[in-house]
Amino acid sequence: MPPARKVISRETGIEEKEYKWGFVIPVAADVAPKGLNEDIIRLISRKKEEPEWMLEWRLRAYRYWRSLGYVEPKWAKIHHPPIDFQDIVYYAAPLSRDGDRPKTLDDIDPELKRAFDKLGIPLEEQKRLAGVAVDAVLDSVSVATTFQKRLEELGIIFCPISEAIQKHPELVRKYLGSVVPYTDNFYAALNSAVFSDGTFVYVPPGVRCPMDLMTYFRINEAEAGQFERTLIIADRGSYVSYLEGCTAPIRKKHQLHAAVVELIALEDAEIKYSTLQNWYPGDKEGRGGVYNFVTKRGICLGKNSKISWTQVETGSAITWKYPSVILRGDNSVGEFYSVALVNNYQQADTGTKMVHMGKNTRSTIVAKGISAGHGQNTYRGLVKIMPTADGARNFTRCDSLLIGSKCAAHTVPYLEVRNPTARIEHEATTSKISDEQLFYLMSRGISEEEAQYMIVHGFCRGVFQELPFEFAMEVTQLLRVSLEGTVG
Amino acid sequence: MAGNEREPVLVLRGLRAGIGGVEILRGVDLTVHLGEVHAIMGPNGSGKSTLVNVLAGKPDYEVYAGEVYYRGRDLLSMPPDERAREGVFLAFQYPVELPGVRLREFLRAALDAVREHRGQEKLAVRDFNRLVQEKLREMGMDAEFLKRNVNEGFSGGEKKRHEIMQLLLLDPTLALLDETDSGLDIDALKVVAQGINRFRGPDKAVVLVTHYQRILNYVQPDYVHVLIDGRIVASGGRELAQELEAKGYEWLRQAAEAGRRD
Repeated sequence: MPPARKVISRETGIEEKEYKWGFVIPVAADVAPKGLNEDIIRLISRKKEEPEWMLEWRLRAYRYWRSLGYVEPKWAKIHHPPIDFQDIVYYAAPLSRDGDRPKTLDDIDPELKRAFDKLGIPLEEQKRLAGVAVDAVLDSVSVATTFQKRLEELGIIFCPISEAIQKHPELVRKYLGSVVPYTDNFYAALNSAVFSDGTFVYVPPGVRCPMDLMTYFRINEAEAGQFERTLIIADRGSYVSYLEGCTAPIRKKHQLHAAVVELIALEDAEIKYSTLQNWYPGDKEGRGGVYNFVTKRGICLGKNSKISWTQVETGSAITWKYPSVILRGDNSVGEFYSVALVNNYQQADTGTKMVHMGKNTRSTIVAKGISAGHGQNTYRGLVKIMPTADGARNFTRCDSLLIGSKCAAHTVPYLEVRNPTARIEHEATTSKISDEQLFYLMSRGISEEEAQYMIVHGFCRGVFQELPFEFAMEVTQLLRVSLEGTVG
Repeated sequence: MAGNEREPVLVLRGLRAGIGGVEILRGVDLTVHLGEVHAIMGPNGSGKSTLVNVLAGKPDYEVYAGEVYYRGRDLLSMPPDERAREGVFLAFQYPVELPGVRLREFLRAALDAVREHRGQEKLAVRDFNRLVQEKLREMGMDAEFLKRNVNEGFSGGEKKRHEIMQLLLLDPTLALLDETDSGLDIDALKVVAQGINRFRGPDKAVVLVTHYQRILNYVQPDYVHVLIDGRIVASGGRELAQELEAKGYEWLRQAAEAGRRD
């Protein structure tokens, strides 16, 4: 037999393109010393000119967090060296010319405007995509919020949470920590102590928010952690669609991002929450990258309410998040649509919890995990049917796609059913991109990279179609970039 | 095929190829000129599918020896997508399902890729729609197919019609048809044959692999080759196909073996 010669070589020699969002924004910043103690918390609270009750709340959270003795949760399938919580900067704010938060969009440092332009988030209202209002958060503070006037006319509050604490204390006091108490978990406690900004949304009864609301989060400072807090309240019969995007510069060291998001939907209200998470994932050897430890939870408080989470998680060195819904109101609906992609040495442990308490509550979970390189991807989900939840229904679909032979996918679904009338369906698949599929596409002239992208995109279709229009284009670009270097 | 003044579009010299170290093609020589339709016939396991799959660049196959020239270029050194963009098209015997990939997107991506390679402009959405719908109609397919996932839930006949529809849409130079007639009822066979005949022309070439003579009643070949045990053991005109239909393959196999013993 003559020596074998492969008909084609799979070496396409694609050079790994850099993470294109990886630049540092050159703005002067007001940065607190590293480390965490009660003085730092007082400093943050003072910088934010917070009322006394807020400081007290932070300190209670801090003391609780300290009582946990720096012991991070260990149950997730993620691995990282211990985090030195005294080696992190807990407050960093870009300095505007007069030292305060810019009063109007015109007061924003032009450098900052240019930077957000480059990220595809122009802060000038006339440049914005029609139909999206933006709150831009850089490190610890909100730097700009667009379209506030138009929203105000409808009674919609869309502002930095620091502003809401001052201007709408009754709403903040009533709901902050009501869905995710600071005792919930280690990172939620830390966030409650040190959160410096984030977004606050309130939609009054019967109002359908006419535009998508968006927060764009950006970590800029090298040693800073980002701890934002988002609180969204949809009053009776209202509707809001909220989008969140995230990027960070390339840094050799890991950076911590520990956010808390709370959603409250009252009777007949609906909240649609979409995330494109593209924090810096680290380089291809696994150096650097963001640790994304996030607690997101919504409560369907009133009957017939609905909360829908859609997330596309392509960034971060480690992702640890479980956007969940507590279905308290009768007939309420919870949804979770997720695509989590890991490449190189990224790790993701993500999923959801659907807790059914009300009668005839329904939940849908569609989770798509893609693993490439040495990536580790875990779906972890809990469907809990309480004794009160007569007629509850859940449908779960959980698919994993493997690219290459060094990655892994894990699925950990928990079902806890305490009501015999519940109906639960669970479907799961694991597959690899087949050579047959690639060859079929390539035999039509489509490049191998594009062929792989098309197959992955097809795999994610059920989730992508849930995304609002504004994110649809961005997500395809993100998927392409995230898959780079996986062919071969 | 001597004396043909036209450009040879495909030249195989001593092609030996197989899979997992097992040789299936044991030295195939073949020359195809523009304007010609060549039928490759043979019993099951003779290497017919291997031949067209090797030409299209299917990665499972290994080439052990020999040369293949497509329009004067070394075909074997090109990856399959490049072959396709250069004008080589394989109609699959078993078209692959692509979950979540809409037919419209797939056809768009394929057409964009080949048009870009040919230096043609990208079609506007409206022109693309018109063209695709025309090709679908020619193959008796509904425009609703465009919203479906590629080959998912297609019947056997729909899959084959879809392959020929792509052939017409992408308009390559060399069509390799891998048992496109298998599993078709007579009506579907006629539609598929009409599609192939529509493709034929002085600037086109077809290599049609088939087990049965039946399709050759509708697609008339210029040449018929018989492949047995990885070698072309007989070549001739259309009449050879009819002879095979009457006598089967066994006599050729025996003749070939006798020839080899000499």
